[in-house]
Amino acid sequence: MTLILMALAIWFTTGVLCLAFARRPRLVQMIGPVGAVVGSLPALFDASRALLTGPVTSLYLPWSLPGANFAIGMDALSAFFTLPIVLICALAAIYGREYLRPYEGRKALGASWCMFNLLAGSMLLVVLARNAVLFLLAWEVMSLSSFFLVMFEGEKADVRRAGWTYLVATHIGTAFLLVMFVLLGQPSGSLDFDDFGQIAGTPAVASLAFVLAVVGFGTKAGFMPFHVWLPEAHPAAPSHVSAVMSGVMIKTGIYGLVRTLLWLGPPPLWWGYLLVVIGAVSGVLGVLFALAQHDLKRLLAYHSVENIGIIVLGLGVGLIGLGSHHPLVAALGFAGGLLHVVNHAIFKSLLFLGSGSVLHATGTREIDHLGGLLKSMPTTGATFMVGAAAISGLPPLNGFVSEFLIYFAAFSLLGASGIPVIVAALVAIVSLALIGGLAAACFTKAFGTIFLGEARSGHAKHAREAGPCMRAPLILLAGLCLIIGVSAPLVIRVIEPVVSQLAGATELGEWACTAALPLAIVACVGVGLLALFVMLATVRSALLARRLVDESGTWDCGYIAPTPRMQYTASSFADPLTRFFGPLLGTRRKFSGPRGFFPDSASYSTETPDMSRERFYKPVFGAVEGALSKFHWIQHGRLNLYILYIVLTLLALLAWKLGK
Amino acid sequence: MSLWNFSYAVLGLLLAPLLPGITNRTKAVFAGRQGPPLLQAYWDLAKLLRKGTVYSRTTSWVFRLAPPGGLACVVAALWLVPVGNFAAPLAFPGDLILLAYLLGLMRFMTVCAALDTGSSFEGMGASREVQFSALAEPALILGLAALAYATGSFSLSGIFGGVTRPDWLQVGPALVLVAAALLIVFLAENCRIPVDDPNTHLELTMIHEVMILDYGGPDLAFILYGATLKLWLLGALLANIFLPLTGFAGPAQIACLVAGMVVVAVLTGVIESVMARLSLLKVPQLLVGAAALSVLGFVLMLRFAP
Repeated sequence: MTLILMALAIWFTTGVLCLAFARRPRLVQMIGPVGAVVGSLPALFDASRALLTGPVTSLYLPWSLPGANFAIGMDALSAFFTLPIVLICALAAIYGREYLRPYEGRKALGASWCMFNLLAGSMLLVVLARNAVLFLLAWEVMSLSSFFLVMFEGEKADVRRAGWTYLVATHIGTAFLLVMFVLLGQPSGSLDFDDFGQIAGTPAVASLAFVLAVVGFGTKAGFMPFHVWLPEAHPAAPSHVSAVMSGVMIKTGIYGLVRTLLWLGPPPLWWGYLLVVIGAVSGVLGVLFALAQHDLKRLLAYHSVENIGIIVLGLGVGLIGLGSHHPLVAALGFAGGLLHVVNHAIFKSLLFLGSGSVLHATGTREIDHLGGLLKSMPTTGATFMVGAAAISGLPPLNGFVSEFLIYFAAFSLLGASGIPVIVAALVAIVSLALIGGLAAACFTKAFGTIFLGEARSGHAKHAREAGPCMRAPLILLAGLCLIIGVSAPLVIRVIEPVVSQLAGATELGEWACTAALPLAIVACVGVGLLALFVMLATVRSALLARRLVDESGTWDCGYIAPTPRMQYTASSFADPLTRFFGPLLGTRRKFSGPRGFFPDSASYSTETPDMSRERFYKPVFGAVEGALSKFHWIQHGRLNLYILYIVLTLLALLAWKLGK
Repeated sequence: MSLWNFSYAVLGLLLAPLLPGITNRTKAVFAGRQGPPLLQAYWDLAKLLRKGTVYSRTTSWVFRLAPPGGLACVVAALWLVPVGNFAAPLAFPGDLILLAYLLGLMRFMTVCAALDTGSSFEGMGASREVQFSALAEPALILGLAALAYATGSFSLSGIFGGVTRPDWLQVGPALVLVAAALLIVFLAENCRIPVDDPNTHLELTMIHEVMILDYGGPDLAFILYGATLKLWLLGALLANIFLPLTGFAGPAQIACLVAGMVVVAVLTGVIESVMARLSLLKVPQLLVGAAALSVLGFVLMLRFAP
């Protein structure tokens, strides 16, 4: 616990120091990142110790705030979520120092680093808090600090709009959480988490709390249709912040949901069905909307929705396993979902940092303007390719391991009795298969258009590789993708305590043995694959050793003068799929074709606005605004009348009090 | 585990290039031609392995990664396929997922390599490839899930070892539906008519062939060999379903499955002779239809499986 408090203290003090020295950007660029990295070390140490050796530590200090106690604790679940938080924050800080250098003297870097370290500290506090008031305070600090980070380039209109959407969405989510905590705290009259667990509320209350948690935490995590802030806020933020927000901050929503499940007692089956449906919808629609995007960071943001969908599918299958008394299925589902939390944190921050390097080098996020960057940015390109393969769930990388566990759980559920359970399992299997294929389509599109072929514009032609501080985190994260992929049997040993905390300790370790054998074979196949590849590549170079190996232009079917502009673009690559799923996407196409015998210009552009924003939130918020504008006459800006309102209210309250 | 378990994979490594020969001979018979020799694919491979190569200036290491990488994937996947009661050398719960995703990895590399050339033809082929495979993958996994449900096993070896003659009597129609779905996936994944035409020289109409336009020499040999192995691999899934009907046991099953592969190759030739390639806009409907067949098979099994 001392170590954790030390980490929190380092993060908060260096954050405040950054603000104090805001006038000296060079100094701030030292204090901020160094503080973030140094602060993460004790937390990393403490969390790994808690996860590996398993002591549950806690700290309880009374607090004068009503209902509040400074209660924090480190159990397996908290430790498990602490690891990605500290890892990604530290790497993003190293990256951010170089990423923000062009802004030195032009932007308020002091405030930015202050908010970054506050965000890191508050996320840690969120997963450690053991009291509802403390939790909500940390939650709010997390939301606000990330809001200010998103507003880094607040002079741009779309950034302001994105920040505003985020602020509204996150507070609507928090409102649901407030109600949930009040509901949970009601029976015992205490807001300490330890007291929530002891009351087995009535099934109706538990179900209500579950739904509130799904909406409240789902807004933060990005469940469809509460995801609207995600594709706005993540592209607007600086890239190292997007990596933290998309990689770990949205996972605090998953943490909250999982923590809530621990209090609510045995789950009825429909909770599992609900989560499977949410997971399938978020996963499939997330990846489809990603396919239709041509802004790189917006594409990655939609992929976060997709991956949250995969995580929720895992949790949903796990809940069904619990509800239908299949502890093995439950353990496998939870294990897959939770492992995907870490895996997604790793490859998504890798991809966001990589996209940041691309943005840094070329100045554009428009995929269709890029091309051929692999030659000028070899490290960024290679690591981006690893991340792309990992997020598509391909072996032998980490994404495959977690998806495999969820598949395993769903296939095991096929042996269960009861048609609804089997249908739910089938839905999970089909959506995972569809998501896998579509994600591969989307990432071959992104990687292929940005890094392969020829440069499509001047932006891409003069790109230069990023500096060492921006490359090192990429290499480390790509390495982690491979390491987790081939050491999966060991990794599931590490997460075993977390899973048994969720799925019940009765089946301690059995699931891990069941899953370890297939994962060990998968890992062996992965290593064999690499060996086979090396062998075949050697055979090829031996064959070509004394023969003519020539270079020439790409074969263009007899055409004389191809130009880079003739290459397939990301939009044309994805067009067959977006047209096929057109009714779900609502893509707007603007086309003016060449006309006449001597056509001069033609243009084609597509835009895919978010469906739930267009069809649901806009009408609803429009209606709310319309209804409230009827009261506009009350608010007219005359101070004396406002004071009159206050006096009248006080008088009314006084009368009510005396009347009782 | 005996040597018999390894026999099918080893036979595949040796005999797979025979399959396109059989298909082409069938097509020739239908057209009243003499056709190329049965062993043509072997001669092609031998010729290509003896040649040098030309790389496009636009390409990078990604282009050079794909041929050996793709061949490695499909060779690795070969060890996951069982024959009747002979479990695969690498049989474990979940191997069907690994099989599907190894083919996915192969495709990922091929598509990236196609985009690496910067040619719009190859980009076009790559785009179609990812579209069709994204729809074929759910159909494949659903079909295998239906079989997994019927046999209560989550491994290819358990599934195909578990389908018995009594099963055919009970859920025969469901098995036929699943087999039909797997046949469509087989044709789509191996770039056969009615999805893709392996013979046309008009690059605009092709999918797989156009993605490998810029390869030559040993690289092209690796790709062609990998494609025949993929035929062998997916054909085995199809032939395995019908294996219990023959009533053989023991090593005769392996001979029987090899004969089944010949039947699959002939069937492919017949389909290619009597059908035209579908319009590209119709192909997704065919693949969704395959997924629907799988679901229907699943529903029938849900109702009638023992």
